[in-house]
Amino acid sequence: MALSGGTDRGSHRMDKSIILPPDEIFRNLENAKRFAIDIGGSLTKLAYYSTVQHKVAKVRSFDHSAKETDGDPLYEISVQEEITARLHFIKFENAYIETCLDFIKDHLVNTETKVIKATGGGAYKFKDLIEKKLKLKVDKEDEMTCLIKGCNFVLKNIPHEAFVYAKHADSEFRFQNTHPDIFPYLLINIGSGVSIVKVESEDKFERIGGSSIGGGTFWGLGALLTKTKRFDELLQLASKGQHTNVDMLVKDIYGGAYGSLGLTGDLIASSFGKSATTDKEFSKEDMAKSLLHMISNDIGQLACLYAKLHNLTRVYFGGFFIRGHPVTMHTITYSINFFTKGEVQALFLRHEGYLGAIGAFLKGAEEDNPNQYSWGENYAGSSGLMSVSPELNPVQRARSGTFDMLEMDRLERQLVNLPLLHDPTSYIPDTVDLTEDALARDYWLYCFEDALDGVVKRAVASQKDQPEAAERAEKFRQKYRHKLQTLRHQPFAYGSLTVRSLLDTREHCLNEFNFPDPYSKIKQKENDMALKYYLKVVKSVEELSWEQRQFALVKGLLAGNVFDWGAKAVSDVLETDPEFGFEQAKQQLQERPWLVDAYSQWIERMKGPPHKCALFFVDNSGIDIILGVFPFIRELLLRGTEVVLASNSGPALNDVTNSELQILTERIAAMDPVIQSAFKEDRLALVQNGSSSPCLDLSRLDKVLATVVRERGTDLVIIEGMGRAIHTNYYAMLSCESLKLAVIKNSWLAERLGGKIFSVVFKYEVPSKSQEQH
Amino acid sequence: MDIGGTLVKLVYFEPKDITAEEEQEEVESLKSIRRFLTSHTAYGKTGIRDVHLELLDLTLWGRKGSLHFIRFSTHELPAFLQMGRNKHFSSLHTALCATGGGAFKYEEDFRTMANLKLFKLDELECLIKGVLYIDSVVSSGLSECYYFEHPTDPELCEQKAYNLENPYPLLLVNIGSGVSILAVYSKDNYKRVTGTSLGGGTFLGLCCLLTGCSTFEEALAMATEGESTRVDKLVREIYGGDYERFGLPGWAVASSFGNMMCKEKRESVSKEDLARATLVTITNNIGSITRMCALNENIKRVVFVGNFLRVNTLSMKLLAYALDYWSKGQLKALFLRHEGYFGAVGALLELPNPS
Repeated sequence: MALSGGTDRGSHRMDKSIILPPDEIFRNLENAKRFAIDIGGSLTKLAYYSTVQHKVAKVRSFDHSAKETDGDPLYEISVQEEITARLHFIKFENAYIETCLDFIKDHLVNTETKVIKATGGGAYKFKDLIEKKLKLKVDKEDEMTCLIKGCNFVLKNIPHEAFVYAKHADSEFRFQNTHPDIFPYLLINIGSGVSIVKVESEDKFERIGGSSIGGGTFWGLGALLTKTKRFDELLQLASKGQHTNVDMLVKDIYGGAYGSLGLTGDLIASSFGKSATTDKEFSKEDMAKSLLHMISNDIGQLACLYAKLHNLTRVYFGGFFIRGHPVTMHTITYSINFFTKGEVQALFLRHEGYLGAIGAFLKGAEEDNPNQYSWGENYAGSSGLMSVSPELNPVQRARSGTFDMLEMDRLERQLVNLPLLHDPTSYIPDTVDLTEDALARDYWLYCFEDALDGVVKRAVASQKDQPEAAERAEKFRQKYRHKLQTLRHQPFAYGSLTVRSLLDTREHCLNEFNFPDPYSKIKQKENDMALKYYLKVVKSVEELSWEQRQFALVKGLLAGNVFDWGAKAVSDVLETDPEFGFEQAKQQLQERPWLVDAYSQWIERMKGPPHKCALFFVDNSGIDIILGVFPFIRELLLRGTEVVLASNSGPALNDVTNSELQILTERIAAMDPVIQSAFKEDRLALVQNGSSSPCLDLSRLDKVLATVVRERGTDLVIIEGMGRAIHTNYYAMLSCESLKLAVIKNSWLAERLGGKIFSVVFKYEVPSKSQEQH
Repeated sequence: MDIGGTLVKLVYFEPKDITAEEEQEEVESLKSIRRFLTSHTAYGKTGIRDVHLELLDLTLWGRKGSLHFIRFSTHELPAFLQMGRNKHFSSLHTALCATGGGAFKYEEDFRTMANLKLFKLDELECLIKGVLYIDSVVSSGLSECYYFEHPTDPELCEQKAYNLENPYPLLLVNIGSGVSILAVYSKDNYKRVTGTSLGGGTFLGLCCLLTGCSTFEEALAMATEGESTRVDKLVREIYGGDYERFGLPGWAVASSFGNMMCKEKRESVSKEDLARATLVTITNNIGSITRMCALNENIKRVVFVGNFLRVNTLSMKLLAYALDYWSKGQLKALFLRHEGYFGAVGALLELPNPS
């Protein structure tokens, strides 16, 4: 019965979106500047730049040199306001344009903005209205230039922007990896006519061709043939029709296939050919379907001829004819497959409708040089891709798409590939694509919903001093639960659904309601406690023989990783039994042979010459980093290997952040001369990874980290923890040696991998010779 | 015979050098058929003999005679077969060579209804053979192959003879119900490059639905009277003039039938306008695909054939114009007087050696 409950909530949600108050749509208008508008035939897209005030958790070291009392915490936590830049994009029907302009005018306070960049066919039509309402001068920008600029921007900055459409596959949408080099590509824009544009670089593009048979032909001819006025309704008719009643097929002429040419009997020989030779009446549905096939095939054929002539294989389709309509995406995909025999794939874009507005905005913001930054999609404020199912009646569909939003956050740093990726073009961070794996999707959606109470509780507890925290936490709960419900019905809404995207969405929603770091106090307490045991742990391993010591260090690393508040099974234990100690954790661990066990190969390697430099992507605060990671890297340092510890730039769960790690390292250095000298001599370096996620995307890392990795000649990468080494990067191929280790603290996942809870993954990989040359 | 999706094309060689002796020996049925075919110019409901295309004083297989060109609707094939039965075609001891899809689809009907065995031939091979043959035998009088000089200037545009002596390589575009595009490198070396389902059948089919007409001639007559710019949305209607950034002239069609998105404009157009717009849309699209194929195959000469072009000077001039304009004079559109009959001619040439 859970299923019917879900459906009810679904329809309720749709009603809600209609009455969404305008301040939840046009967010952050107070600080808005730099407006751009793209007015199409039926939809308006508005873009603006704004700043958002976030609460961020900061840690600051106390001055310990003066005095040291036992009860004092290690460092102080404070919450500060930070201002970040955000781009807002809103899409709504032209019918709302006046109401929307009024709302914007009323809420636009201290803006110095004087002009609004405008593009799209309707920019002329609404020019006077905009100038009158907003008192901004309308500055027209070339439509195609905006479109291309917008396209470049989303392809570069939004992971999983492009997708392949497969109607009958398990997941309709197959998202593509962000390619490091997006050029050259072909953009086929199907508006009322068709434009075919070859894009060679950020500034170089050319309209190499086009066709007058486009969306306008479908709409205009369709309206004449079927007396149906709306484009959506025509598509709906088409989705129900049978084109074979109207079209003359090869088999109608040949009686079967035209074998010698390889033309199958079902191929259309002559569109509308039957209406020329028979006097019977044709149904609206059949004619609409025939028309849709005729136009899609024609566009597909021309696209292929142009792609072939210019030797291009990346072909993106956009324009109102496509815009998320499964019917047209399917027929275009079919046509491209037919004409290129699968050599070229038709690609579509999640934010295709926004390209013009994004481009127009970027034209106006050139002085801010937005291309020098990296941007990230804010899942909390973006609507995600809707599947406009043709089964919905047109009124419902129009409503469901009434307001659509996209928010992009400017990241503080530029993100680049890890230089040690074996093949950046084929790298996929995520291990399981939940869009395709329905079983895993059901489990994880359930798991995240189930854990929501705990997250809310922790969020409130982290801000005990603030009475309205409970209310905010409740709003967070609603928002995140709503996202989970959306994803249950439309798993493709934000690109491929993965455990990482679920975790990231949760972090975005927490930030949205000013819970920047719910674990800050827990981390602080745990760090405090673990520091007290550091010397004891180091001493105990020092007493062991070399062979025993190596094993103890690895075991310590794994045991430390058991302490993870992110994993539900562990947070349950930790909350009921705070005495759950390091030693107990070791006992919990699976005995060798582990689930994945490359320990013997690792130990053989350790007997050999030391590595030059090890890059260690660390995981949790407290016992994990202090009693697991530090003794382990201490051994590496003693062997003569340089160590780079890469930690999160911003908080995520109980993961240790770069600023926390800074303080911890100083404290450990104060106790341990080995760490102290290494730190002083820069043989031990701390860098941030550029992310605030519990997972790890090796294609979006801080540029500084990439430089450090390159300069130090890094020849070993260690990735620790479920989030970074299992949910992501489990299959990542690196061009140097790598060690991926984690304790599986989730019984479902453990079972799926063929083990039990607390199973150990210890994956040591050496690239093959051919791989190294790559 | 060439049995297409819409039309059956029949080519008949009438020997004129029949001796009295031969005439004596001839079976009655053959005489009757010859009389029937040559004494009429129209047969049944849709049959027409294109007298103006008749080729006189031809020598074929050592015989002198005339080549007659006859067409009728594929729908009337049963009536044709009935006639064949009545006139005892099967007693002629002569083979019937057939090409086109119908040769395969109706083979069984030929056998059961008229007791005729068909020799089926590939349509593309017949088409090429037919083109080369007709061009080679037509030497006097009107040239078989022609083109339009000054296609971009309506004042100066005129039909001129073209010598197709060295035809290769050549792009052969056959516009029947659908369209096939062939690249021909020599007599025996050719390939089908691509095709499109937007062809003559689409023009007629859409015209029938949009205007209620029922024949190609009617549709064409309406198109001649109409104005497509009331139906199509032009570049200048969107950009106020030329879209200079991309070298698009204001008069170019931006969206075929684009004005029909608007209710008021739908109500103000005539059937003639709609017929004209349909013709222009289909023709320009064929021109556009042809041009891309010519570029991809690196061929400069394009020969358009097929019955869509019959009495359709409008489309021919449009094709000539489009190819010339968009290729900046690089491509030449050529046409052949016997437009739709080449497949049937090619089939006829196979007659002495049916395998």
